[in-house]
Amino acid sequence: MNAPSNPAIAADESLRALMQSVEQATPALPMRAVKVDRRAFLKLTGLAGGGLTLGFVLGGQTTDAATAPADFAPNAFLRISSKGSILIYNKGPEIGQGIKTAFPLIIAEELDALWTDVVVEQAPVNPTVYGNQSAGGSRSIPSSWDQLRKAGAVARAMLVSAAAAAWKVPVEECTTRDSAVWNGKRKLTYGALATRAATLPVPDAATIKLKERSEYRLLGKSYTGVDNRKVVTGAPLFGIDQQLPGLKFAVFEKCPATGGKVRSANLDELKRLPGVRDAFVIEGNGKPTEVMAGVAIVADSTWAAFEARKQLRVEWDESSASKDSWSALTKRAADLGRLPTGETTTLNVGATADALKAAAKTVEGFYTYPFVSHAPLEPQNCTAWSHDGILELWSPTQTADRSLATLSGALGLPVDKIKVNQTRVGGGFGRRLMNDYACEAGAIAQRFAGPVKLMWTREQDMAHDFYRPGGFHSLAGGVDAEGKLVAWRNHFISFTTDGKNPVSGGNLPDQEFPAQNVPNYQLTQTLLPLVTPCGPWRAPRSCSVAWVIQSFLHELSAAANRDHRDFLLEVMGEPRLLPGGLNTARAADVIKLVTEKAGWGRKLPAGHGLGLAFHFSHAGHFAEVAEVSVDADKRIRLHRMVVAGDIGPIVNMSGANNQCEGGVIDGFSTMLGLEITMENGRVEQSNFHQYPILRIADQPRVEVHFIQSDNPPTGVGEPALPPVAPAICNAIYAAVGHRVRTLPLTKEGFSAG
Amino acid sequence: MPMLSLRVNGKDQNADVDPNTPLLWVLRDSLGLVGTKFGCGMALCGACTVLADGEPIRACSTPAGSVAGKNITTIEGLARSQTQLHPLQEAWIEHDVPQCGYCQAGQLMSASALLARTPQPTDAQIDSAMAGNLCRCGTYQRIRAAIHTAAGKLAKSKA
Repeated sequence: MNAPSNPAIAADESLRALMQSVEQATPALPMRAVKVDRRAFLKLTGLAGGGLTLGFVLGGQTTDAATAPADFAPNAFLRISSKGSILIYNKGPEIGQGIKTAFPLIIAEELDALWTDVVVEQAPVNPTVYGNQSAGGSRSIPSSWDQLRKAGAVARAMLVSAAAAAWKVPVEECTTRDSAVWNGKRKLTYGALATRAATLPVPDAATIKLKERSEYRLLGKSYTGVDNRKVVTGAPLFGIDQQLPGLKFAVFEKCPATGGKVRSANLDELKRLPGVRDAFVIEGNGKPTEVMAGVAIVADSTWAAFEARKQLRVEWDESSASKDSWSALTKRAADLGRLPTGETTTLNVGATADALKAAAKTVEGFYTYPFVSHAPLEPQNCTAWSHDGILELWSPTQTADRSLATLSGALGLPVDKIKVNQTRVGGGFGRRLMNDYACEAGAIAQRFAGPVKLMWTREQDMAHDFYRPGGFHSLAGGVDAEGKLVAWRNHFISFTTDGKNPVSGGNLPDQEFPAQNVPNYQLTQTLLPLVTPCGPWRAPRSCSVAWVIQSFLHELSAAANRDHRDFLLEVMGEPRLLPGGLNTARAADVIKLVTEKAGWGRKLPAGHGLGLAFHFSHAGHFAEVAEVSVDADKRIRLHRMVVAGDIGPIVNMSGANNQCEGGVIDGFSTMLGLEITMENGRVEQSNFHQYPILRIADQPRVEVHFIQSDNPPTGVGEPALPPVAPAICNAIYAAVGHRVRTLPLTKEGFSAG
Repeated sequence: MPMLSLRVNGKDQNADVDPNTPLLWVLRDSLGLVGTKFGCGMALCGACTVLADGEPIRACSTPAGSVAGKNITTIEGLARSQTQLHPLQEAWIEHDVPQCGYCQAGQLMSASALLARTPQPTDAQIDSAMAGNLCRCGTYQRIRAAIHTAAGKLAKSKA
C-alpha cells in the first residue's frame, strides 16, 4: 500500500473532486433554472461614452448598482455603445470547442441583435460575477444556457422600455429585430436607445419571457468562429503568445518518474551559461496537479533556457517515486483476467452465473486498452509576474475560475492577490483542467523579479501528463434461443493510487450501459496499484469503455446471427429515461437515423464492412456507422464515418459539426496507433515520432446529422468520440471476421493505408 | 555577438542572437512575430512552418543563420495587404476551419506553398503537401475543402 504522502494520492484527490464537479448534474433531466434575483443584474453607469451595460451576478450576490464601484465595468456580459456596436464578453475558456462564438450567440439571440453588430471579447476571470468559467465535461452550454439567455433578454426588455417611452406607446406595441426596436414601420436602433436605456431600472429577470425555439433567428445556423480572422493572420491569442516588456523565459525540469525529488543539481554551472539569468530548485508541495520538485532555469530567450536545460545535471531522489511498469501491469492483468470475478462486486442484478449457464450461446473476451496522452499542440505554458503586491498570470487553462483557489493553495497567496487572465487555449482535451503549469510559473515568479514565461518542451508535455488510464475487461455474455441478450458479466481491472478508489477516468459506474438493459448483470472490479497520474481525457471513461461495451455487444449479436441494428434496438427496449440520463427513445432515434444515412445492410465489395456503435455520454446520444476496408496485409482504410447525434437544439451548426468531425478524427487517431507505456516509472514516448497522431492522408469522409429534439441543449465537445473505436472495430469484423480485443490497432498488426 | 540580419515579410530585421538559434525562436522571442508556433521542436508537427524563398521549412529545426539572405515569409506576411487577405485565409474563415487554431498558421503556410506551385491540386496532392502538418483537433476535412475553395478563388482572379 502506498504511503499517504504518495504524490499520486495527492493528485487523485484533487482530480476526483474535479471530476465530481464536472459531472455533478444529471444531464438529460430538465435543467434546474438558474435562480436570479432582481439585484443580480447590475446596471453599470458612468461608463465612458455612455450606453447600456449589464453585469450579471448569480443568485446570492447582494451587490447593488448604487454601491458598485466604477471598476465593475468590465465584469459585464454586454455593452451597447451609443454608436451601435454591441460588445459581448465571453466568460468561458476557448479551448477549440467554439464557446467564444456559441456563448455570445445565445446572448445575441435573446437580445435580437444583428450578429454583424456584435464584437466579442474575453471576459476577466471573476467567478463571483460570471459564475462558472471552466470548460469541462461538455457542460458549458447546459450550465450557462439560462444565464446567458436571461442576460440578453433583460437587456432587450430595457431597450424596449426605452423605445416605448420615447414613442409614448405601450411596450406591448414594440417588437425587436436586427439590433433595433420597432413600432410599426418606425424604428430606434439599440445604439440610439443605449443612453436612455442605461437610466432605466433593471427588470426582474423572472418576469422576462424568453424566446420559444420557433422564434430563433440566429441559433441553429452556421457561424465562423469569432477569432478566425486573428487565427489565420497569426495575431497573438494563445498562452504562448504573451509578450510583456522585460519578459524572461523559463524552463522547469521535474523528475521523469513522478514523485522524485531533487537531491542535487549543477546550479552554479547553469548560471554561468550564456543568456541564463538564474537557476534554482523548487521543492514544491508534492502534488502533481500543483508543484512537484524540480529545477527552474530563467533565461533571456526560450532557446537559451532550452539550451541550458540540456546542460542540466540533476541527481534525483527516487525513493518515493513511481516504479510503474506497463509490461508488468499487463501481465498481472492477464493473469487476473482468467478469474471470472474480481476483488469487489460493484453491481449484481439478477443471477448472472445461472443465466450464463442457461444461455443458448455464450461468448467470452478479454479486452485491453492502453494509457494515452492528451498531447495538445500548444505545449503547457504560462506567463506569471509578481508586481504591485499581486501575482498576475496569463494562463491557457480550461479551469480559469478554479485555478484561483489552486494557485492560492499552492503558492500561499490570498485569492485577492492573484489575477488570472484567460488566453485562448491551443487544445484542451481535458489536459488543461489541471493548472500545474500555472502553479509552476507562479512559483518561479515568486522567486524572480520581473515577468517570466514558463515554456514546457514537447518531451516534458508527454512525460508529465495526467494520462487516460489503460484498463482491462474480462467479459462473458449470453443470448437465449431467440438471440436475445440475457446475461452480461464484466470483471473490470483498473488502477488505484489510494488502495480504495479507482483512478480518475478509470471507474465504471453502476448506471453504465447495458447495466439497466439486461436482466442479469454482474460487474466486479480489481484495482492494481499505480503512481502515474491519471486524469480526464476527452469523454473520460466513455472514451475507453464504450469500445469494450459496444464491441462485445457486437460479439454477442454476431454469435446469435442477428442483425446488429435490430439487436442494439432490442437491447435499448421500451422508450424510457433511465437513471444516469440515458433516454432509450433518443438512443433508438439516432441508431435508426445513422443506419438509414449510412445505407446499413447494403452490399459491399469484398474486404469492406460497416460497423455500428452507440454511446451515451455528457448528455449526448450518439450513434455512428464506420465503413472500412482491410487488405491482405491488414492495412485498414476508414472510408467514411456517419455520425447521428441528439444534443437538443444546436447553437452554432458549423461549430457543432466541427466538434463531431474532430471527435471522429481524435477517436480514430487514438484507437489506431496511440499508446503511452511506462517502465521504471518513466513514460517511454517522448514526441510525435513515438506518438503518431493521425495525418491528413488518413482523414475519412465524415458526415454529421443532428436530431434537434426539444430537450435542453447540451454540449458536443466530447460525446461524438466514444462510439468511434467500436464502430471501426465492428466494421473490421464485418469486413474480414477479425475481432479486435486489444488497442491500439497496431498491436494486432493493423496499419493505416 | 554579431547581429544576425534576416529579411522577414519583406522587411530587413536584425537580431542579437547566435546564428545557430532556431529561426522559430528568433521570430517569436527576438522579433515578436508570435504567429509561428512551437509544437514539437523536432520538425514533426509543422506548427512552425514558414517559407524561405517560397519553400516551406520547419522553423523549429532551421538555424536562423542558414536562412540569412533568403526571403522569409511568416503567417503575419501571408495576407496581400492589411485589408486583403490571401485567398487561403479567406477560405479558412469561410469554411470555419479552426478549432483551437494552434496549428493553422503552419497549415496555411504549407498550403500557400502548395498553391504557388500547384494551382489546382488534387486531394492526393493536398495530402502529400500537407503531410507534415498535424492538426490535433482533426480539422483535415475542412482544410482540404478550404484549399480547393482557395484554388478556385485564385483561378477566378487570374481569369
